[in-house]
Amino acid sequence: MEAFTTHTGRAVPLRRSNVDTDQIIPAHWLKKVTRDGFEDGLFEAWRKDAEFILNRPERQGASVLVAGPDFGTGSSREHAVWALQNYGFKTVISSRFADIFRGNSLKNGLLTVVLDQKTVEALQDLSEKDPQAEITVDLEAREVRAEGITASFELDENSRWRLLNGLDDISITLRNEGDIAAYEAKRPSYKPRTLPV
Amino acid sequence: MGRTLAEKVWDDHVVRRAEGEPDLLFIDLHLLHEVTSPQAFDGLRQNGRPVRRLDLTIATEDHNTPTIDIDKPIADPVSRAQLETLRKNCAEFGVRLHPLGDVEQGVVHVVGPQLGLTQPGMTVVCGDSHTSTHGAFGALAFGIGTSQVEHVLATQTLPLARPKTMAITVEGELPDGVTAKDLILAIIARIGTGGGQGYILEYRGSAIEKLSMEARMTICNMSIEAGARAGMIAPDETTFAYLEGRAHAPEGEDWDAAVAYWKTLRTDDDAEFDAEVVIDAAALSPFVTWGTNPGQGAPLSAHVPDPASYEDASERLAAEKALEYMGLEAGQPLRSINVDTVFVGSCTNGRIEDLRAAAAIVEGRKVADGVRMLVVPGSARVGLQAVSEGLDVVFKEAGAEWRHAGCSMCLGMNPDQLAPGERSASTSNRNFEGRQGKGGRTHLVSPQVAAATAVLGHLASPADLSDAETRTPAGV
Ligand code: SF4
Repeated sequence: MEAFTTHTGRAVPLRRSNVDTDQIIPAHWLKKVTRDGFEDGLFEAWRKDAEFILNRPERQGASVLVAGPDFGTGSSREHAVWALQNYGFKTVISSRFADIFRGNSLKNGLLTVVLDQKTVEALQDLSEKDPQAEITVDLEAREVRAEGITASFELDENSRWRLLNGLDDISITLRNEGDIAAYEAKRPSYKPRTLPV
Repeated sequence: MGRTLAEKVWDDHVVRRAEGEPDLLFIDLHLLHEVTSPQAFDGLRQNGRPVRRLDLTIATEDHNTPTIDIDKPIADPVSRAQLETLRKNCAEFGVRLHPLGDVEQGVVHVVGPQLGLTQPGMTVVCGDSHTSTHGAFGALAFGIGTSQVEHVLATQTLPLARPKTMAITVEGELPDGVTAKDLILAIIARIGTGGGQGYILEYRGSAIEKLSMEARMTICNMSIEAGARAGMIAPDETTFAYLEGRAHAPEGEDWDAAVAYWKTLRTDDDAEFDAEVVIDAAALSPFVTWGTNPGQGAPLSAHVPDPASYEDASERLAAEKALEYMGLEAGQPLRSINVDTVFVGSCTNGRIEDLRAAAAIVEGRKVADGVRMLVVPGSARVGLQAVSEGLDVVFKEAGAEWRHAGCSMCLGMNPDQLAPGERSASTSNRNFEGRQGKGGRTHLVSPQVAAATAVLGHLASPADLSDAETRTPAGV
């Protein structure tokens, strides 16, 4: 997992509430057998509309999604997080996230930032007025900064530590390599193996 | 204080235990199939990680595989892509794979035990909820999600919080014609589809001890349908006899050491379970489901329940919706329900003993007009064994279709599906809406009930056959 310390980028203001995972990535994309290549499925239905914000030229290359409340409700599919990441988003700001989506995002290194609705709207206003405006999400200082806006946010210590160090579950487990190797060394010889040794 | 079987196996696999953290458990056997593994391999690739223990990992193809024309290219592009991806991943990472056409191919939960890879006291995982099947050997076996599949591939461990334990004690003797499937359906109807949530179940008692390994696997297989994390049965002489001589069973001194260890895998007399349910085996009879979850079942001799009879509002609503979906009337005798299709197979009832039981009933009889009977062995080996015993001929002469191994109509990911509105008696484990095909209606039954139902065309037990249907004497 890529470490997240601080990120600065242009934003996409998405003024819709209750964006569910089916809208983020429709079910027919779940048949894919990889974790990448989901960028074209992101908000697929809405993107058929040329006026949809993601389609606008001034939003190309934006990496901060500023979304309405209750983002990521619905099915537990991790593909929703992959789709956002594959598209190029590094962080999503909202006043409320669905629990499972939030868990999945933090597991995968997509920083979901909770700010109060007023601040979220201020960021959306700013980005709408000036599409070039940059937003900084600073995980070390737990702060979001943009022109005229500074807001602090909460994140539990464990998730923060994992993001700052780029540790996914597997890397955390592999830190106990010594314990695993010691356990393996004392496993009885009668335990079966699938391959000849 | 003593420990339960589950606690003993758990403790023996703790790699690391730390305050405020889940235990890190070592995994003895990791089974893979085509549906839940692709993103896990992809994750390894993206992070440049190898599979840590190729010698504890094995893959087979089951969910998408066709059961006819297995030598022809697979028509459905999605199924084909999943199988090809598994083949590519196994080749790239060095995982042992039994693909379609291989003699060891089959439903992953049939393949592990039959190779002797599933043994008492092991931890077994697979990206599939019915991994609980392997608990029949006194193994701690449970299904995991795709991120956990990747975790096990990379580390051979899993961080897990220890579930609670529940004893399901079944005393007495199962009456004639009552099988393990009837017993587990009755247990689920009793404790509910959420009754086992948060627990590892241990099935014990005199009725369980008398069961064959195949029957024990049927029971443990459906633990998940009661919401449980896993189901287990303490290993005994039946277990050891099943394992001895299998391809991956220990030999010589290893065998003796293993058996000595396996014999310690019993719940201590002074151990305490967090919950206990007691079932009287003698009171059971053939059991079938009438609804759309495995807990909505009743004895075959009963009637479709009246939703109004449920005190609990949500159960009443669930029953109403189920009857509507299933196209059934409250009060209708279960025996009056006609079926279009009978499916014998799956990791619940696709083993040789199940096929023998079904064959013994259809032998010399005919599948009723208008009924399609599909017999799908759980693995290619089970299929070969059945052929060597002539069971395929028995089924074909009765008018059933004899197929190649796979999950098949258990979930209809391959072309074996129910058409909308079609009704089946199925030996599988899930009767969810659309599970066997969009709009399909499923009644879960034992292989014996499935076979009798095929002959009579309506839900029935072998006992109904005695005078209703006489066998054609051999050679006529
Ligand atoms: S037979 Fe059915 S329950 Fe068993 S693994 Fe296959 S699909 Fe799942």
